Amino acid sequence: MTPAEEDLKAVGREHALDLLRRMMRIRIFERKSAELYSAGKIRGFLHLYDGEEAVAVGAFQAIVPEDAVVANYREHAHAIERGVPLNSVMAELLGKAAGTSRGRGGSMHLFDAARGFYGGFAIVAEGLPVAVGLALARKMSGKPGIVTCFFGDGATDEGEFHEAMNLAALWKLPLLFLCENNLYAMGTALSRRQAQTDIALKARGYGMPALSVDGQDVLAAEAAARRAALAVRRGEGPCFVEFRTYRFRAHSMYDPQLYRGREEVESWRARDPITLFAESLSRAGLLGDAERQAMEREIELEIEKAACFADGAPVEPEEDLLKDVAAGEAG
Amino acid sequence: MKYREAVRAGLREALRSDPRVFLMGEDVGRYGGSYACSLGLLEEFGPERIRDTPLSESAFVGAGIGAALGGMKPIVEVMTVNFSLLALDPIVNVAATIRHMSGGQFGVPLVIRMATGAGRQVAAQHSHSFEGWYAHVPGLKVVSPSTVADARGMLLAALREADPTIIFEHAALYPMEGGPVPDNMAVDLSRAAVRRAGKDATILAFGANLWKALSAAEELAREGVEAEVVDLRVLRPLDDDTILSSVRKTRHAVVVDEAWRSFGFSAELSARIMEGAFRDLAAPVARVCSAEVPIPYPKHLEDAALPQPGAIVAAVLATIGSGTAIAHGRV
Ligand SMILES: Cc1ncc(C[n+]2csc(CCOP(=O)(O)OP(=O)(O)O)c2C)c(N)n1
Ligand SMILES: [Mg+2]
Repeated sequence: MTPAEEDLKAVGREHALDLLRRMMRIRIFERKSAELYSAGKIRGFLHLYDGEEAVAVGAFQAIVPEDAVVANYREHAHAIERGVPLNSVMAELLGKAAGTSRGRGGSMHLFDAARGFYGGFAIVAEGLPVAVGLALARKMSGKPGIVTCFFGDGATDEGEFHEAMNLAALWKLPLLFLCENNLYAMGTALSRRQAQTDIALKARGYGMPALSVDGQDVLAAEAAARRAALAVRRGEGPCFVEFRTYRFRAHSMYDPQLYRGREEVESWRARDPITLFAESLSRAGLLGDAERQAMEREIELEIEKAACFADGAPVEPEEDLLKDVAAGEAG
Repeated sequence: MKYREAVRAGLREALRSDPRVFLMGEDVGRYGGSYACSLGLLEEFGPERIRDTPLSESAFVGAGIGAALGGMKPIVEVMTVNFSLLALDPIVNVAATIRHMSGGQFGVPLVIRMATGAGRQVAAQHSHSFEGWYAHVPGLKVVSPSTVADARGMLLAALREADPTIIFEHAALYPMEGGPVPDNMAVDLSRAAVRRAGKDATILAFGANLWKALSAAEELAREGVEAEVVDLRVLRPLDDDTILSSVRKTRHAVVVDEAWRSFGFSAELSARIMEGAFRDLAAPVARVCSAEVPIPYPKHLEDAALPQPGAIVAAVLATIGSGTAIAHGRV
């Protein structure tokens, strides 16, 4: 048995299949979203997570319901992993009243208060200070659980990232930083934006432990997230995990991708987290072809149902346009 | 020539004619500009003069100010006005103040370009119109080209200014086709332009909303109402002469602004008309602005939130009293 196969055996078949199913669900959900975008049913920006699925799926293994989650505008996967129903996520993408945010926010602004999902922030790095505050509130009020904050490598360019890291470490807050380093912020590579490209090193510089992990390997992502979350739960202050990953598609739906070569994209595609994991499962004899196909069909059906629901759902009436601008005017 | 090509032509002219000119901003180089305004310029002028920056709005706008103080002629592109909020301090506290605050010793001949506006279903955080905020600040010059010729000509004129000049390019205008534009033709940055002559009412607008005003004027003409349409072009300093002489002639004024009505640019314009032409007015100045709500994602709600030709027509008719009891624009 190879070490990878040994890992799989240790993880157990049921858990491994669950991880695979979760990644596939995100992939197929977004495939459907892209289709609906092309059909003109989804408009504006649509940032897909294609290629990065192992990060959210791995990380969410370490996140429990009493924790809070803060994410950015590339957050379909995070909402889904948080347990937000597919119907509500899809309805939001289509701008329908049954969406997570009554359809007012669309793809970039998913929110779910009941599930501790705080969004959905589209200005790069603005979620980080918010996460600091959520963690501060937890610490001050003695509320259980930790705060987890997802952001891209691009966010680490911004002053807010550095200020938030310092505050979290200074005040020893229960905050888990989860950096999705896909090597690009839109069309500018990390190496063209930062003189020191070791992001985990920056976290250590602020006085918190930091791990870097292969974000294409769901088991590695899970293990790193679990280790870091455990340290945060012990009250030792913030922790940082950098997931090294790659987005297979354009930044939003379309861009000419002048900023990277086809070969680079292909070499990362060869490390598709879903294919890699499915292959290691079948090599270990844990997953047969027929079983995988059945799984895929089952998920496709689930997603079709969500798309159908969202398509048929009504939009918010125009009379409600001014509701919720201030408290006491609930929509 | 399209609007974005006109911006590019202006950039190219500026870069060719003065070695001190350089362009910097997020994704201006390899990506070609997030609205493709600088496509091909990196290849032509190289990475020293077409400078991709990290996502660090505060730092690179501040650096633009420093470079201008240091004798260069920077053109800083802030991807959109929404992200310029991270650079408010250097713009408002440094660029705008330093000439006066230093007793006239220092000046900042800096050009800042940014995309602005709503109408593309990109939701609340990406749909702001803060032209009026910047126009509030003494020490800044604020312009808004609404035609393809102005997109090119205003950039060249802005580079001749001794003080910081902000150019707002409405994102809806980039694909607009506008015929050929002559080379090296800077425009007069002190004048508004009458884009359509009329005798019954004056519609004042700028940026993409000029086109909504013009289409409203067409519709009004079919009903026998001749509206004059003034393209403000320069928001600070406002061309009071052109504005007031039009209003004195037509005795009715309707201000169109994509920003919110309360405390906004439209309030200033309305007050100026009242101060300068009170006795000539036959009716109070009317305003057509955006609904006072963060701009929502779904098309029907976004359309309802923004100024539309129909609302402009209604406001003009109501103002001149020939309308059939048509309501004013939104709150
Ligand atoms: C403050 C700010 N600047 C610029 C943008 C435009 N923008 C949106 S996403 C993005 C790239 C962010 O990259 P990263 O944080 O690495 O996340 P990724 O998209 O790679 O997941 C940029 C520049 C923005 N939304 N906010
Ligand atoms: Mg990135």
